[in-house]
Amino acid sequence: MIIETLCFYLFAAVTLFSAFMVISSRNPVHSVLFLILAFINSAALFLLLGAEFLAMILIIVYVGAVAVLFLFVVMMLDIDFEEMRRGFLQYLPIGALIGAVLLAELLLVLGTWAVSPEAAEMAAAPTPPVEEVSNTAALGQLLYTHYVYLFQAAGMILLVAMVGAIVLTHRTRKGVKKQNIGEQVRRRRSDAVEIKKVQPGQGI
Amino acid sequence: MEIGLAHYLTVAAILFTLGVFGIFLNRKNVIVILMSVELMLLAVNINLVAFSSYLGDLVGQVFAMFILTVAAGEAAIGLAILVVFFRNRGTIHVEDINAMKG
Repeated sequence: MIIETLCFYLFAAVTLFSAFMVISSRNPVHSVLFLILAFINSAALFLLLGAEFLAMILIIVYVGAVAVLFLFVVMMLDIDFEEMRRGFLQYLPIGALIGAVLLAELLLVLGTWAVSPEAAEMAAAPTPPVEEVSNTAALGQLLYTHYVYLFQAAGMILLVAMVGAIVLTHRTRKGVKKQNIGEQVRRRRSDAVEIKKVQPGQGI
Repeated sequence: MEIGLAHYLTVAAILFTLGVFGIFLNRKNVIVILMSVELMLLAVNINLVAFSSYLGDLVGQVFAMFILTVAAGEAAIGLAILVVFFRNRGTIHVEDINAMKG
């Protein structure tokens, strides 16, 4: 139990520290790397909560795809980030004020809030005991039965996002030599070969 | 000392606040603003999973998965728009994004 407590504080502290570094570091590449650290530590928090499947999905989707996409865009665009940081501290007071108010509100909600005793009976899908069904199996049994339409809709969202991203960023370059098979098949002898009568002693 | 639901909710609240703070702090840099939005979505996910775990209801984790899906799509589309904008205008300053202002 003591180890679990220590693990929670370690992962929570590293998550919050790296989240702070994401928003405050000078170099956006460092921001992305701290974002990866924050995601990995949140995945560890998910593991502590018993949500193994979501923890692995978080690492695969966020660290493997989203963070690498961010890194790719940061490195691809040729931007003067130093110039962009000018006036960085100009918005610090208003941002700190709004952040403090928001945090105070959230913590006030936490302080006065209690779980109703009947909450356990009202669960839409009670978690089966871990000894019988693992977290992944239980999630799959729920996702492919009750929530199958939403699951398909999530797949459609991903498809639309993929098509949108490709359509937005794709461009046809001019002056690129590419193989056009239809043109090659349509080619006739008359297009390619020309016979010239060359008189003796003269050039063409 | 027992780690309870309130501990996780506190972590998520601080993470969400850091996300909001990041949007104010990096007013000029769209990339860091997108990263702050990802941090806020992560805080929401921690909330959902914590409630799901402590109240014994698996639906919270299903919801967290859908949020993950939407977050991935949002990041992909947002960065694609950013790349196209940079190609057309040569800048990603937030103040310069005013072509539809009229």
